[in-house]
Amino acid sequence: MATTSQAADVRPAPAGTPGPAPSGQRAPTPRHDGDVVGLGRARAVAFVAPAMVLVAVFLVFPAAWTLYLGLLDYSLTGSGAKAPTFVGLGNYTAALSDPAFAKSLYLTLLFVGGSAVLGQNVLGFFLAWYFRTASRVARTTLNVLVLLAWILPGSVVAFLWQALLDRRNGTLNALLGTTDMAWAIDHPMAVIIIFNIWRGTAFSMLLYTAALGTVPRSHLEVARMAGAGSWQQLRDVVLPTVKRHILTNTLLITLWTFNDFSPYLLTGGGPNNESEILPVYIYKEAIIGGHLGYGSAISLLLLIANLVIAVLYIRLLRTRDSEAA
Amino acid sequence: MRLSPRATLLVSGLAASALLSGCVGAKSAEDSSDPSANADAKDVTLVINANDIVGGKNSAEATWITEKVIPGFVAAQKAKGVTAKVTFNGAGVEDEQYKTKLELNLKTGSGSDVFAADGIWLGELASAGYVKPLDDVVGAAAKGWDGWSQISKAVQQNLTFKDQLYGIPNGTDGRVLYFNKKLFAQAGLPADWQPTSWADILAAGQALKKVKGVTPIQINAGVPMGEATTAQGFLPLLAGTGKPLYDDSSAKWQGETQGVKDVLGFYQQIYGSGLGDPRMQQDKAGRDQSFAEFSKGKIGILAEGDYFWRSVICPSKDDCATTSMADRDDVVGWAKIPAKQPGAGVNGQDFVSVSGGSGWMLNPKTKYPQQAWELMAFMASKEMQTELSKAQIRVSARGDVNSETLKNDPLLSFISSEILPLTTYRPSDEKYNEVSLAIQQATADVVGGASPDKAAQTFKASLEKAVGGDHVAGS
Repeated sequence: MATTSQAADVRPAPAGTPGPAPSGQRAPTPRHDGDVVGLGRARAVAFVAPAMVLVAVFLVFPAAWTLYLGLLDYSLTGSGAKAPTFVGLGNYTAALSDPAFAKSLYLTLLFVGGSAVLGQNVLGFFLAWYFRTASRVARTTLNVLVLLAWILPGSVVAFLWQALLDRRNGTLNALLGTTDMAWAIDHPMAVIIIFNIWRGTAFSMLLYTAALGTVPRSHLEVARMAGAGSWQQLRDVVLPTVKRHILTNTLLITLWTFNDFSPYLLTGGGPNNESEILPVYIYKEAIIGGHLGYGSAISLLLLIANLVIAVLYIRLLRTRDSEAA
Repeated sequence: MRLSPRATLLVSGLAASALLSGCVGAKSAEDSSDPSANADAKDVTLVINANDIVGGKNSAEATWITEKVIPGFVAAQKAKGVTAKVTFNGAGVEDEQYKTKLELNLKTGSGSDVFAADGIWLGELASAGYVKPLDDVVGAAAKGWDGWSQISKAVQQNLTFKDQLYGIPNGTDGRVLYFNKKLFAQAGLPADWQPTSWADILAAGQALKKVKGVTPIQINAGVPMGEATTAQGFLPLLAGTGKPLYDDSSAKWQGETQGVKDVLGFYQQIYGSGLGDPRMQQDKAGRDQSFAEFSKGKIGILAEGDYFWRSVICPSKDDCATTSMADRDDVVGWAKIPAKQPGAGVNGQDFVSVSGGSGWMLNPKTKYPQQAWELMAFMASKEMQTELSKAQIRVSARGDVNSETLKNDPLLSFISSEILPLTTYRPSDEKYNEVSLAIQQATADVVGGASPDKAAQTFKASLEKAVGGDHVAGS
């Protein structure tokens, strides 16, 4: 947001030079008043206002509302729905001392770490790396297959996976020749982790394909001439170049996975809460159990966890920036 | 001080939300319903909502609504010069999901005018102000309805909360043990099997275990089975240990009592020794699977309500789809649920059961309270109830309908004459559903391998959280 400070004199800016970097003769001296676009304060505010209203209505207000609900013993039914009472931080202390919450948090970290940070990231990178030199046909086929997993609607995909993993007539059991393996019940966490890797790798793959395109061929050429093997090229030339992409990608998929609800469609959080990641836990507490106040409190904790992750990554990105500068 | 636009918006957003926050819960004051609203309207629009769907769950009832109730009601209104437009909003999902959707609808002030609800939800719905007594919503017309004389007090109790009626009961039910006579013959067990103790059930299970590819016993357990775990499994067993779940006089729920431990111990004997299939209890669609397995002759003994007989394994493929059993009447037997040992049940009974019943309730926010009531009364009329019982035999709420229809079905007449006299009902307390959830979790723990004592301890802890320590009995 560059429109926040004084707006003394208003001059229309020359078209197409928003950046502070003056390019040759075209731009006059950089402005001192911070009014880089040259709209003037009133007009700038008018331009930003709709976005700000949207942010306020759809982000700030719900967050504040959640914060407020988290302080009540508000529930979906019963007398707690009619006249909720103020319980202060009761919901938060209850959540933090509840072993079910701790377990759910642990499962979430496992899920995010296994499926996003490691699974999607690594698999996406290596698919991009190994297929960058493959034939056009092979690359297109791979793209179609991987993208398909990504763009199919979640409910459809869940149905397919249920058919795959079904205990009695499942495809997987037929392929492996195993009988009576209830995959989603016997290995719930493994199932949802693999499911999420399968489902989300496309994004990482696409991002890394684009990123690898930015590695200058000449650098690789030089490295090869200097006798670097495939692994050394990867480690010393490619990875340093795409580091920022890796961080950005990891940030995005971490946040998405943290809030992902689709495992519920596969395991329902079961058996006996063995795959109850936080979004599922919140759903079960708030909607099924009807404890809206408690659910709001955990939602806010989830929001804070998300913010912490985001801030950590952005810090990391900043340090990269200053190193690069 | 100058605030940036961002800060200004942030502050105003917070202020607005603080202002709006006052609204939570304050809504109950303003809505006092007016029974006479739109009573003379010439154009009436009504919506019926139930967990029934043509070709799926409770297909017979859905067909009854769309083909008998709606045309009949529209014609009756037309005779009075009123154009009625009635739509049916069906669903075919788990009862818990239906309940959640219903509550969310009612909470937001939307929802159908007339809807089906289980009697055990009433405490919650009424305490939240989502439903109101018929006296308030409809008034005199409901009080003076001629159908009440045909509905017994015990059945009316299902839709009564704090001595006020909230709707018209649709019927009642009872739980029994179903068994597969073919498998019993293979295991050398009698076709007129009637266990008199839990040990008899286990012994039959051991005999059935020798038949290949068969799960001997299915007593519902675990959270995915929802209320079926509580009503079909835990509660009949608990009634068989002598004390009900909730003691009215002391206002206490059974916590870590000997009875609870005994029941959990029985679960352990079934699921810890291969007599039952523990994974089916943990599966998201476990109850549907148990239906499918039984209908394919792969389950020996199954505890269920009469719903199972009439709506799941009925011989008609149209009504019961994939789980229909063409040879049901020859293959499926039933027995009363025994107490732990003879005489150990509630009131010193040898046999026990659990009953409940759903009914039709009125949305207090309906625009046409009188017409919605007329629709409900029409659905509960003798003519319509007879039609429903013809489509699918069941224990109707109406005595006059039962006396004509039940004799056509051996199980339903058995329920009516043998089970209803000895049955128990669930407490209509607003905390019941939370207690039920804790029960489901306790059985899930045992199925998952925890000891009955440990599960009972956890049960007691969640119970105390739900209803408060003063309301939990047991050491």
